[in-house]
Amino acid sequence: MTGANSFQVSGYGPERAGWTRLFARDSMARRLDWPILLSALALSLMGAVLVYSATRNRTEINQGDPYYFLVRHLLNTGIGFALMIGTVWLGHRTLRGAVPILYGASVFLVLLVLTPLGTTVNGAHSWIAVGGGFSLQPSEFVKVTIILGMAMLLAARVDAGDKQYPDHRTVMQALGLATVPMLIVMLMPDLGSVMVMVVIVLGVLLASGASNRWVFGLLSAGAIGAIAVWQLHILDEYQINRFAAFANPDLDPAGVGYNTNQARIAIGSGGLTGSGLFQGSQTTGQFVPEQQTDFVFTVAGEELGFIGGGLIILLLGVVLWRACRIALETTELYGTIVAAGIVAWFAFQSFENIGMTLGIMPVTGLPLPFVSYGGSSMFAVWVAVGLLQSIRVQRPMSA
Amino acid sequence: MTNIPETGRTPRVQTRLVVIQVLVLSLLATLGGRLWYLQIREGDAYASEASGNHVQQVVQPAVRGSILDARGVALADNETRLVVSASRTDLLKMKDDGKGVLTKLAGVLGMTPKEVMEKVRLCDAETPQPCWNGSPYQPIPITDEATPRQALQIRERAEDFPGITAEPQAVRRYPSPGAANTAQVLGYLSPVTDQEIQQAQDSNSPYLRSDMVGRSGLEREYDKELRGKAGVTRYEVDNLGRVMGQAESDAAEPGSNLVTSIDARVQRVAEFELNEAMKAARKEWDRNTNERYKADSGAVVVMEAKTGRIVAMASNPTYDPNAWVGGISAKDYAQLTGKKSNYPLLNRAIQGQAAPGSIFKVVSTAAAVQAGYAFDGRYNCSSAYSVGGQVFKNFESQNHGPISLGRALEVSCDTVFYALAHSEWKKDGGINPKGKPKDYFYKTAHQFGLGKETGIDLPNEVTGRVPDREWKQQYWEANKDAWCKTGKKDGDYVQRIAYENCLEGNKMRAGDEINYSIGQGDTLVTPIQMATIYAAISNGGTLYDPTVGKAIISPDGKKVTEIKPESHGRLPVTQQTLAQMDEALEGVATRGTAAWRFADVGWPQDKIPMHAKTGTAEVYGKQTTSWFATYTDDYAIVMTISQGGTGSGASGPAVRNIYDALYGVSDDGTINKKNALLPTPQKSLPKIQADGSITAPKISKDPAKEQQASQKAPEDESGQVQTAATAQTPTGGNRDTRRRQRRRGRGGRGGRRGTLSRRMLT
Repeated sequence: MTGANSFQVSGYGPERAGWTRLFARDSMARRLDWPILLSALALSLMGAVLVYSATRNRTEINQGDPYYFLVRHLLNTGIGFALMIGTVWLGHRTLRGAVPILYGASVFLVLLVLTPLGTTVNGAHSWIAVGGGFSLQPSEFVKVTIILGMAMLLAARVDAGDKQYPDHRTVMQALGLATVPMLIVMLMPDLGSVMVMVVIVLGVLLASGASNRWVFGLLSAGAIGAIAVWQLHILDEYQINRFAAFANPDLDPAGVGYNTNQARIAIGSGGLTGSGLFQGSQTTGQFVPEQQTDFVFTVAGEELGFIGGGLIILLLGVVLWRACRIALETTELYGTIVAAGIVAWFAFQSFENIGMTLGIMPVTGLPLPFVSYGGSSMFAVWVAVGLLQSIRVQRPMSA
Repeated sequence: MTNIPETGRTPRVQTRLVVIQVLVLSLLATLGGRLWYLQIREGDAYASEASGNHVQQVVQPAVRGSILDARGVALADNETRLVVSASRTDLLKMKDDGKGVLTKLAGVLGMTPKEVMEKVRLCDAETPQPCWNGSPYQPIPITDEATPRQALQIRERAEDFPGITAEPQAVRRYPSPGAANTAQVLGYLSPVTDQEIQQAQDSNSPYLRSDMVGRSGLEREYDKELRGKAGVTRYEVDNLGRVMGQAESDAAEPGSNLVTSIDARVQRVAEFELNEAMKAARKEWDRNTNERYKADSGAVVVMEAKTGRIVAMASNPTYDPNAWVGGISAKDYAQLTGKKSNYPLLNRAIQGQAAPGSIFKVVSTAAAVQAGYAFDGRYNCSSAYSVGGQVFKNFESQNHGPISLGRALEVSCDTVFYALAHSEWKKDGGINPKGKPKDYFYKTAHQFGLGKETGIDLPNEVTGRVPDREWKQQYWEANKDAWCKTGKKDGDYVQRIAYENCLEGNKMRAGDEINYSIGQGDTLVTPIQMATIYAAISNGGTLYDPTVGKAIISPDGKKVTEIKPESHGRLPVTQQTLAQMDEALEGVATRGTAAWRFADVGWPQDKIPMHAKTGTAEVYGKQTTSWFATYTDDYAIVMTISQGGTGSGASGPAVRNIYDALYGVSDDGTINKKNALLPTPQKSLPKIQADGSITAPKISKDPAKEQQASQKAPEDESGQVQTAATAQTPTGGNRDTRRRQRRRGRGGRGGRRGTLSRRMLT
């Protein structure tokens, strides 16, 4: 970690500490990426309303309190926001030193899921009950640590100026680092998260400047792997069913296809302006399962219509667009890789989540970043926002 | 460090980041496009699908219309009963498929668990009754006779009886006013089947899952009118079935009421007398078979002669129509459809067919006149008529010498008709006619409406049969293979018949036409056909479509649709011939074969001219069928008893008693208006109240028993012989003796059987 200090840009040293930094002309507050921050905040608050709409009548899960999920979602947002501030405060470079510990901790948590401490929700064994009704989904944190870990490995030699691109050995190390938690998550099995991680790895490799051979090699390996998984019946039957139902929900309208169908009916019936908040009959009638988490987009689609659904996509677009800019603008490879990894993560997870409610992607248990109810996911995405902010704030003054 | 450019990155990374950016934007664009497609382009389709998602229908069954008699007395109506039903869907959700709950329920209801389970199982090809042939999603009634106490037990312990409900419901009731059961005419209901729902889907009166449908009789014929329209309330419900709001509601429209021309009192008298006559016949000894008469079934029709309306129609054996209410039990169903009970569901007045015997002679008389024989001509009524060595004997070998056709009807002279039919057969060219035969005897039968339905407003009427050349040809083609296989020239009786039939069964043989002329052979008629014909003779020649329904009255009483009598033709006789036949048939009642039932035993012929014709039909291998066809100016009554004996003997007293009841005639011939049930046919419809309800007069407990008493009343109580008394009274014994003596004295029945056998060999 010797390189960490040597890379500090003049004017941003630890000597200018404390609150003064915030209010200086070139202060951190001025340098923060406000569009990302505001979009993420808007998405989280919209999510709170949508989660409330989806759960206020679901007495069998909200413990009789219509605000149960609303309060918790806001609480999660608050904690996430605090985590973001903490991340920015520490700075992604400082965190770079802690990456091995964070990575190790996250892998340990994922392993913990496989022990009797883990719990199963909807066929996926990916939670740890923490007590007090709370539970953790460590695979969400792994997404962050994979990005950080790979970025650390891949950028080390390049940022040190030794190499222009990461060499094969580094790439192999980085892949190894990503593969360990991915295999564990696959055992849970949490296929959705694995898919996200594969995309993250791809994004990271692309941004790292690793040889094209690695990129295409990984792509073809992924394709072959997918075919093998399908052909060799490695997946559980419910997972295959979910894929089949996405292709043709009418095959099994009462079973797996039911989710897809009801989600599509909910969204389709929204029209341009929607039925009005809390007025959606599909939502009020609880026809869409898991509507506060994986299918939260259907609430927006039905009650807020094309305008509301479009707004969510637009806000996600702002986040992703700014994240791409951040990746492009930073000069150190480490920041670029982290930002690109986050872009890959957010983009794929959003596309998969919304796509499955729209019937163009298979149904997997993935939350919609910021919007879906769920603490682990919320914390992870806000940490990611913190990382993006930090990369932007701490970028060299030069250009 | 030096080789890193100012921007801090290599062109490769830069390019790739741009690629990522483009990829990300295209993913978002894809989502936006798909969202637009679903919500804006296809939005309407999904919106309608969404609204269909949330609607549940709750059906309030329409109260079925009542069936009333001519005066407004209810023959079929509804009562409120406590119905216990089970929801199959709820039961199947339980671990043991609801067996535990049903067993517990059986305990409360005092039934066996097996009975309860059988009620709940679904009908299919292999499942016999009892079973449920309605929708599996609809509550299945287990009993409609729950006591309030049982219902309370079930309701108070609702948690012990998941899926079981106990609620008051309007249930069909057949109250049998004045003990008139009218079973076969009324018919019965059973739940609608899936197939019927499908078929009626696009008609203007589609069925609901919960509908009961008329299966026979009036319930079926007037089902559409009686059924009304069920009310449907559509509720918006959530995914768990909780009601969120009421979408729309159509109130139930009760069914219309059907006023019939049946008079419950006359109906009761007819049923009672038919049954008594059959009971009496079973005590009689049949000398031909050397056993008592079986009198296994019978029917009687009382028709308004001038309109064809049915005043009473009884069929025996009969059943209790209430057995069908609330689902029929296995035992009841087996009993109603078994051979042992001799098929009581059949309405033998329209579904029973038999050879008519001598009551057919009115057709033969008309045929002879059509063929050019003078009504008042002289025709030899010899004791026997021979054709090619075969002897066709007269009934009881009587010999009346040369007589007119009228007299031949009066004394029921077979030989006169044999000769006429034979000469017509010869004129038509004999066994191998050249050209088109005239076939007056068969043509006339068709003109009288035989061989086809009368068109009565009751389902499944049978046609009877006119054994003309066409039929013979068809029948031969259908059976010749079997005949030719079993037939033997020198075999036993049946084999010889088969042999003959194989050779020339398709040809009209002399014996065929001769036997046909007196209503024997292969001729089949139904009681309703004969009633229609005799009513036509009474009313001047119009053959009316018999009707039971008289008017349909909407539930509010505002709309009254009368069912007008319609005719399906006229008798093919001139008014003069008709008058002559009328006179001859009056002669039957005054001095002919029916005189000992009417004129001889105090019938007021001067005030109420009675006309009659008796018939005793032979059936191979069975006892004789008793037929009695009668009419006055207002009514025609036709009665038949299968294996019951002679026409006037077995059916005579019953028919006389029905007339006595109609006109208030006492046994001594005095007319007591007070006792008359219906001296003239009921013309007006019952009174309809402002609220749409229909007033009904009070009806006594059993009009038949009252009539029995009142007809005897003027007489002293010495037990003196009353010739017109009902058959079961001790006085009947004298008459029976007389009949037997007479029969013995002339002793001709054995000979008649002989002729029958020979006919079959012809």
